Amino acid sequence: MVLEKETNKECACAQTGVRMKNEMELVFDAIANNESFARVAVAAFVAPLNPTLEELADIKTAVSEAVTNSIIHGYENLYGYGRRGEVPSAYPSINPGKVRLRCLLEGDVLHIEVEDKGKGIPDISQAMEPLFTTKPQLERSGMGFAFMEAFMDDLEVESEVNRGTVVRMKKKLGVGAWIGSED
Amino acid sequence: MEEFQIIDNCLMVRLPQEVDHYRASYICEKADRYLLQENVQHVVFDFEDTKFMDSSGIGIIMGRYKKIACFGGRVYAIHVDKQIQRILTISGLHKIIEILV
Repeated sequence: MVLEKETNKECACAQTGVRMKNEMELVFDAIANNESFARVAVAAFVAPLNPTLEELADIKTAVSEAVTNSIIHGYENLYGYGRRGEVPSAYPSINPGKVRLRCLLEGDVLHIEVEDKGKGIPDISQAMEPLFTTKPQLERSGMGFAFMEAFMDDLEVESEVNRGTVVRMKKKLGVGAWIGSED
Repeated sequence: MEEFQIIDNCLMVRLPQEVDHYRASYICEKADRYLLQENVQHVVFDFEDTKFMDSSGIGIIMGRYKKIACFGGRVYAIHVDKQIQRILTISGLHKIIEILV
């Protein structure tokens, strides 16, 4: 019953005829310490729409994947500063660079754009294959793009070698519980 | 509570609240040190505190699995909530590790 109520929830736009529009843009240094900042910022940005916990988790994971990719692949900053701000010994220099995160809420649709001016992706379709990674030594899973695709409704990647990469994602909020949660 | 604990022949890893790339390198490094130094056969990841995980967490589990599977070791995930379960399922990890809710 609760589930039904959720899905039938009318969005505010139906009453006023005007779709809510809200936009934000963040630019931050490409260091690992900013990954959690980025996903928490996006979560706070969508909070007024009362997203479900599941939707919030999906958005946070997708943002985390995109931002992490920019930092460790785009700018090759593999480690962050330590817990007390120290620079790890394995980390001689930090490549300068910024990640730009743009969010646009249009009605109940959230658009997220993560942009970097890093080294770019030579072969996007290969990069999007699950388990493909250019940095196997990091013991990451190669599931970044697969997660973004799974957790968001739409994913678009644009990239130019040595120029940078833009990842655009879209998600409709307020569609109710996960479809996959039935199994 | 200790983050890493050896109980019998199991390495218990209590994961932090947020498992992301920033935390992952520390966890991998520390867990591998235990795997090398102690007599560990199985690894148990405890998700009790974990509220957030991304693909870096999958990397941690996959990496440890590769290191112990050839010696007959198993990987367990305990206190897994719905969100973590979903991530484990999407990544296919649920086929190679034991998930206990």
